Amino acid sequence: MTTVDLGDLGFDEGGHLLVARALASAAEVRVVGTAPTLAVDLPAWCRAKGHACAGNVVTRGPHDRRVGAERAGQIDAPSERAPKTWGLAARGALVEAGVPVLDLALVNKRELWADDAARLYAQAAAAQWDPQTAIPWDAPVTHPPEVEDAVVQVMTYLIENETAALLVPTRFLSKLHPHFREVMQLLAIQAADEARHIEVFTRRARLRRNELGLSTVGGQASLATLFDEPDFAIASFLLSVLGEGSFLSLLAFIRDHAPDACTRAVARLAGQDEARHVAFGLAHLGQHLEQEPSLREKLAAAVERRHAALANTAGLNAEVFDALVLLAAGSWEPQALRQGHAAVVSLVADMDAGRRQRLQRLGFTSDDAAALSSLHTRNFM
Amino acid sequence: MSDFILGAVAYDAKVVTIWDGFRAWFAERGLSFDYVLYTSYERQVDAHLRGDVHVAWNSPLAWIQVERLAKKHGRTAQAIAMRDTDRDLTSVILVRADSPVKSIADLRGKRIGVGAADSPQATLIPLLALSDAGVEPGRDVEVQRHDVLLGKHGDHIGGERDAVKALLAGKVDAACLIDGNRLAFAREGLLAPNATRVLHQTGLYDHCNMTVLDGGPPETQRFRELLLGMSYDDPQVRPLLDLEGLKAWLPGRTKGYALLERAVERFHTLDPWLAVR
Repeated sequence: MTTVDLGDLGFDEGGHLLVARALASAAEVRVVGTAPTLAVDLPAWCRAKGHACAGNVVTRGPHDRRVGAERAGQIDAPSERAPKTWGLAARGALVEAGVPVLDLALVNKRELWADDAARLYAQAAAAQWDPQTAIPWDAPVTHPPEVEDAVVQVMTYLIENETAALLVPTRFLSKLHPHFREVMQLLAIQAADEARHIEVFTRRARLRRNELGLSTVGGQASLATLFDEPDFAIASFLLSVLGEGSFLSLLAFIRDHAPDACTRAVARLAGQDEARHVAFGLAHLGQHLEQEPSLREKLAAAVERRHAALANTAGLNAEVFDALVLLAAGSWEPQALRQGHAAVVSLVADMDAGRRQRLQRLGFTSDDAAALSSLHTRNFM
Repeated sequence: MSDFILGAVAYDAKVVTIWDGFRAWFAERGLSFDYVLYTSYERQVDAHLRGDVHVAWNSPLAWIQVERLAKKHGRTAQAIAMRDTDRDLTSVILVRADSPVKSIADLRGKRIGVGAADSPQATLIPLLALSDAGVEPGRDVEVQRHDVLLGKHGDHIGGERDAVKALLAGKVDAACLIDGNRLAFAREGLLAPNATRVLHQTGLYDHCNMTVLDGGPPETQRFRELLLGMSYDDPQVRPLLDLEGLKAWLPGRTKGYALLERAVERFHTLDPWLAVR
């Protein structure tokens, strides 16, 4: 029989651990020790644990909560399908039978996984920036007041679009099986990215103004269609690939044409983050399409459906378009306005080219990509 | 009334979770089962005698109450099941480690902290140990009660916790509690290792049981079979067993109530109650 000598270690100091450890490999264990309360504590502990105790001899009870437990897949390799009965368990954990079943809709690897997710998450974690120190908040603002108004209008527009970019993926994040940990982490850090963007765009807008610009029905109608989309692949396609993809061009435009260093910096840093969001969208949709080519038709249909739904809305509000022209012009000089206008027209073309390129990466033909890109919301996002 | 009805005392909100869960489990096995909660064991015992419930989940003191009341009215009470953790308990009397009290006799003239007045484990059985040793509670030693939820027969741990707090604060010279709660209070950080000393450990006694009167209705046998058949391996009932504090249900036995019987006799605990029934 195995003997465990606790020395002077009491059960009220962790002595039970040594007994439990011995019982893991021996059905009967003799317990000796000099703690004054050992004779009181040992039977009480055995009773609570379902072990038999006669004198100082413990016989292991038959009760084990690991009976019926199931391993939640392999720690390094996500399963094709994650049963809801794994609940919130870490991937690879031993899950006790009977854990509460969570209402999780996204349980199939095919629908959401990207081999690149872990790398993109690590990159995102390493690239987090501090709004307080990364932006030159005190940089001089020397442009005319109307140009500042234009900057504020553009920031107002960016804030509501980034709000959609935060809330739409978060809706899916709460339905994602945590077994797909890397995707969960990536969506979480994307939400943190968007939170930071909302912060810096708001702070930039308030540098010289106490009021924000106009939020239009058309702009919000466009974003509302993203909220209405119940399918992760389609929502991701519309938001990340087409919407945020277009925003890469927009943020690059602001980075290159804004009249002050602070605005250029917020656009540059937000653009870096958005590039990762687009990369993840392309990565998981690319893998999804490899396994389910018919998804391509659903994606195309979704663009057409959204276009039809928005056909009677204004899309990008004139205030934003004009604000972008004035932002790029930097002054009311006719020549500057001409250049600003040309830059915005060029921006729209850049967005279209970028969308077509990304659509082709997802396997759409050149013609289909051009057609779908032309149907993309005039609100850009 | 076609349901087989159990009476239980609502000493904690978890009682609802436990019996709702068991109710569903019984229903899946064809037993139409329901339960009624009471605010005190006294109300439950009265209800049981009236026939409002078919089986009562009784504290050890409630068992003695119902058994005596049944006998008084020419009926018989039977303990049909109990938890594995209801068997062979002990209580301990703690003193502070540096206390000059070395034996029960040394408690003469001191103050002892107990649980609720109707707690078998934290009041009646430990005070019997004093009485057996010739130190009469109330006469030779002052008894400070901690009446948390009177009528619940000490099911609520609060009375014992308050007694231990009083001991640590120096308000009493000794405190009474069930053996397992010594470890529970150590885990909570209330009882530091070596801060107290076990002055006395009582003899063995049993705790709760499932009681029926006059054998109960025909469904009693099925209820008992299902209860004894519950397995800790069953993931549906395992959380309920954890909540109720057992690994397995065992047949009821009554030999473990001798100490409490003696305590009740010694202190005339039930006399006024029994006299009016």
